[in-house]
Amino acid sequence: MTDASIGGAAAPRKKSSIHELDARTRKRNASEARFKAFGLGAILIGLFFLVTLAVSIVRSGLPAFTETVVDVEFTLSQAQFDEAESTLFKTAAYSDLFIADLRGTLEERGMQVAFDEAAIERLLGKVGGTLREFYRANPEQLGQPVAFQLPASSRVDGYFNGRVTRETLEDTRFLQGSDLDLVDALHEAGVIRQDFNWTFLTGADSGVDNPGGAGIGASVVGSFFMMLVVLVLALPIGVAASIYLEEFAPQNKFTDLIEVNISNLAAVPSIVFGILGLAVFIQFMHLPQSAPLVGGLVLTLMTLPTIIISTRAALKAVPPSIRDAALGVGASKMQAVFHHVLPLAMPGILTGTIIGLAQALGETAPLLLIGMVGFVARGYPEGFLGGFTEPNSAMPAQIYTWAARADASFYEKAWGGIIVLLVFLLLMNVIAIILRRKFERRW
Amino acid sequence: MDANFAKENEPMYDAPLGKNDVDAKDTKIAAKDVQVYYGDTHAIKDVSVDLLDKTVTAFIGPSGCGKSTFLRCLNRMNDTIDICRVEGLIELDGEDIYDKRVDPVQLRAKVGMVFQKPNPFPKSIYDNVAYGPKIHGLAKNKAELDEIVEKALRRGAIWDEVKDRLDAPGTGLSGGQQQRLCIARAVATEPEVLLMDEPCSALDPIATAQVEELIDELRASYSVVIVTHSMQQAARVSQKTAFFHLGNLVEYGETSQIFTNPVDPRTESYITGRIG
Amino acid sequence: MPLLWLFLIVLAIAAVGFVLGRARALASAGGDVRNLHSLPSYYGNNVAIKTVVPAILVMLIWLIVQPMIVNSTISGMIPESSVAENSSLGLVMSEVRRTAEGLDNAVANGDMTEEFARDARADFTDVTQRLKDAGQIVTSDVTQPILRAAQSYRIMNATGNLIMSGIVLALALSGLFWGLRDSHAAFRARNTVEAAVRALLIGAASIAILTTIGIILSLVFNTVEFFRLYPATDFFFGTSWAPSFSGRGGSSDLGVLPLLWGTFYISIVALVVAVPIGLFAAVYLSEYATPRVRAVAKPMLEVLAGIPTIVYGLFALLTVGPLLLGIFGDDGLGWMQAGTAVMTAGLVMGIMLIPFVSSLSDDIINAVPQAMRDGSYGLGATQSETIKQVILPAALPGIVGAILLAASRAIGETMIVVLGAGAAAKLSLNPFEAMTTVTAKIVSQLTGDADFSSPEALVAFALGMTLFVLTLGLNVLALYIVRKYREQYE
Repeated sequence: MTDASIGGAAAPRKKSSIHELDARTRKRNASEARFKAFGLGAILIGLFFLVTLAVSIVRSGLPAFTETVVDVEFTLSQAQFDEAESTLFKTAAYSDLFIADLRGTLEERGMQVAFDEAAIERLLGKVGGTLREFYRANPEQLGQPVAFQLPASSRVDGYFNGRVTRETLEDTRFLQGSDLDLVDALHEAGVIRQDFNWTFLTGADSGVDNPGGAGIGASVVGSFFMMLVVLVLALPIGVAASIYLEEFAPQNKFTDLIEVNISNLAAVPSIVFGILGLAVFIQFMHLPQSAPLVGGLVLTLMTLPTIIISTRAALKAVPPSIRDAALGVGASKMQAVFHHVLPLAMPGILTGTIIGLAQALGETAPLLLIGMVGFVARGYPEGFLGGFTEPNSAMPAQIYTWAARADASFYEKAWGGIIVLLVFLLLMNVIAIILRRKFERRW
Repeated sequence: MDANFAKENEPMYDAPLGKNDVDAKDTKIAAKDVQVYYGDTHAIKDVSVDLLDKTVTAFIGPSGCGKSTFLRCLNRMNDTIDICRVEGLIELDGEDIYDKRVDPVQLRAKVGMVFQKPNPFPKSIYDNVAYGPKIHGLAKNKAELDEIVEKALRRGAIWDEVKDRLDAPGTGLSGGQQQRLCIARAVATEPEVLLMDEPCSALDPIATAQVEELIDELRASYSVVIVTHSMQQAARVSQKTAFFHLGNLVEYGETSQIFTNPVDPRTESYITGRIG
Repeated sequence: MPLLWLFLIVLAIAAVGFVLGRARALASAGGDVRNLHSLPSYYGNNVAIKTVVPAILVMLIWLIVQPMIVNSTISGMIPESSVAENSSLGLVMSEVRRTAEGLDNAVANGDMTEEFARDARADFTDVTQRLKDAGQIVTSDVTQPILRAAQSYRIMNATGNLIMSGIVLALALSGLFWGLRDSHAAFRARNTVEAAVRALLIGAASIAILTTIGIILSLVFNTVEFFRLYPATDFFFGTSWAPSFSGRGGSSDLGVLPLLWGTFYISIVALVVAVPIGLFAAVYLSEYATPRVRAVAKPMLEVLAGIPTIVYGLFALLTVGPLLLGIFGDDGLGWMQAGTAVMTAGLVMGIMLIPFVSSLSDDIINAVPQAMRDGSYGLGATQSETIKQVILPAALPGIVGAILLAASRAIGETMIVVLGAGAAAKLSLNPFEAMTTVTAKIVSQLTGDADFSSPEALVAFALGMTLFVLTLGLNVLALYIVRKYREQYE
């Protein structure tokens, strides 16, 4: 072997102590520390983004859950009622009565603020109309003190939340600097206060000019019906497809075709599913636009690959010995799968389905194309079937609608909507985690 | 003893290699009362052994006896396992290798290692060998590096087979070639000790013969420690043999003596095939 | 909802069939289950399947085919002359459908009798007036031919529905009898039912194929339609994007290049943010982090991937945009005019992609065998040298695959760019300028008021096609690379 010819003599080796770090090792260790710091830095940057996102969501969104209300105890006598009803401008008459009362209340508490009817209208909207409506509907309340809670305008909300400040305020027909004096006085007198905004949770979308009255409730219902469609369609179809592919499918071209399709569909941009929904469900099948049914169908097709992939993983995790045992006592292949494998895989399947649903719940882009955004969901659907077919919005679509409106007050609602959406997502994920923990099985 | 050096007389390589006299050699690595724990498991118990320079020492023993664990202590490869804890004293040329001042990186440059399964990097043959010299800064320029690579490949007894395709990926070689490449890679950093963890267990008999031959050649320059499952292999390549059993070093001595006239009954049982 | 009723009736027949089939099979076995070939419920299911499947199948096919036939017949009825100059047959047809719907509603509300709505000789002005009174006509230009077409449309549909109901019910009943005739002890009910279930499973699995076909067909048809109205070369090589807002005029510039440029620019910015951070995070998590740090940091990072894109969109529009404007805007460096810009969208998209890159790379780095690491440590390499010179090169194909997947994500991402990137299509190099992307324009072209047969709306399908082909290509390439990489270590 010629190889050995120069291997005979060892090269002269410089003697060095391992107890002393040589310069090169020191340099290498410094580069090691640097590299490690980069890695840690990357993690920290990622976490920093997460925290920033969370903080900006919470800080911008929480105000949407409070509203500013003015508590007034107001007594209207029969005589005042009759008199007001007999005038030409009936609501104005009520307004005057209200202002007189409010002035009295403030004076009683030792406050001196000048304000006029216009200021009240800027702060509280058309109070007269509200009062008139109430007393016409409830004449028996005449002569008795009634406690009114009047919602203040969204800009007053903004003043309390710090969105509107005296420095940034420009006098407009919506709010003037002098109004803020009145607000401060009312606040000091304990007449105006912050309250939890139930309207935001239960209400429907308002028009573009009334950010204060906008609520996410109707779109939550819209999302709920969409998720129902997704659950009812995607779970059985996904499970059936997974069972076929995992347990029955022969190794052939057709199976390969399905596999390739599933893995590619999982990566198709969601907007393309929106185009599919528009072309097939709306243009071709003439299903109603903006309906949760169509949204649900599109989201079903979109979620299906996710559910199939996780279901197959769950089925794969059931050891073959279970199948062999069932087949061994004479069960058919179908019976073995449906009686033994499927129940054992169920927790995993449900976990995957919930995560798929959560993904679908937050999806926005396809909904834009099937008309869930242009539509202003002003009310709740009527009845259960109506929930599927009547035009409605969905949570993410509603958030987008608000974000796209010109009035900055809607941004707060959009952030608030995001909090609601994230709470739902969190709940779903927590359920999925609990399911996994509870039923996790080690084979 | 002469029986174990039968190979020396084969005409395939130069004579001077075999002329080392065991008695004249210095202690390269000295271990005293070494204990190794894996979590709560006491894997190595009270092992004390002196490993000699320019000698092939074989660690034999049944599976799980701790021979590989002990081997990995010698260049602190166990540091990469979180739950592993080493106690006792291991000295390389009289310096404690578990001293706080020791950088394992520097230590491993002196105590190279070859693994059970050939593990060439997914790089070219040249880059595989040049990797060690590069990171340790052994070459000033490309020409020097070329020289080091060629020398290492020659010493790994694989130069003739790969000299025309140094740019080919190392993973494309056969198993025996891969293992010799890995040995060349280990040799390229000019280590003082070469640890081999069952270097032939993944190889066929022909490749095994080539690697064994190589180990015998390497003895001229290095202190070689080899863990092996095969008693025949230990007998063929080593001058000293240590027998491990259940984490204890049962017997350590001249290979010829261990195999012909073991002192401890456990050694005898193992060699005659009753335990293992 | 007569359709729902029909469906429920079929189901009811099936339920009856189940009970009868089960009972009949049991009776034929003398009441002893052991004499049956299969369990009794299989006989019941056999009957139910034979009742439901053919009936519902015919119903579905009918529901798809009938509108096609009706539409083509009705379109034939509409004279050339009533298709106005700058209108299309499609528009007239939707007018017909609207009118027919109006007639339906008017009848349902009792504003009109069924006979009157059907009467082809009814006075035209009288009918339109009545429809208007009933609040059922939105547009004013219902013409004679359209009304007549609408009337035939209604009649044809009504007849069709009636025939369908008859056929479906007849099929259900014959299925019932077929199943019942088979319900005797020797019949292999289980095998039949299992074959049916198997067919059902195959059907479910085929939905993935159907979806792909659906996507391709809806894109291809509309894209072809678009290229009939607008030259393909102008679309692919046009450097200007300026759709006219009037709906249909020949003056629109619909060049895809500015959109593609915006898409790629934003994606590149996103990848420049996501790839180094994601890769370093993956390296740290898989090579350095203690198990405890890993258990906390990995899921925390993955939370970023679970956040809906609308949230990122809002984050870009309302937080990051103003923040960047504060630094680079007129008050700061003066490079930026508005909060929506390539930088804004790219940065936020990068944040979204960090966990995508990091968890894919993490998997891939973990797939590098431990022997590689041992080999390198055994030679005295430090951890970072091992990572940089052994692990990353070994994992490179997989990481490239992961980055390609991330790029495909970035290209297909919609909400962040719709809200964060702006609406102006530009070919510019300034990352602080507003630009727009393929996805953002698909949204704006299809959510506007333009009608679906105008090139301004149809271009969205051509854009969708471009997007689909691009992302599909990237995905296939990425999956191919990743698979090749996996095979290397198996």
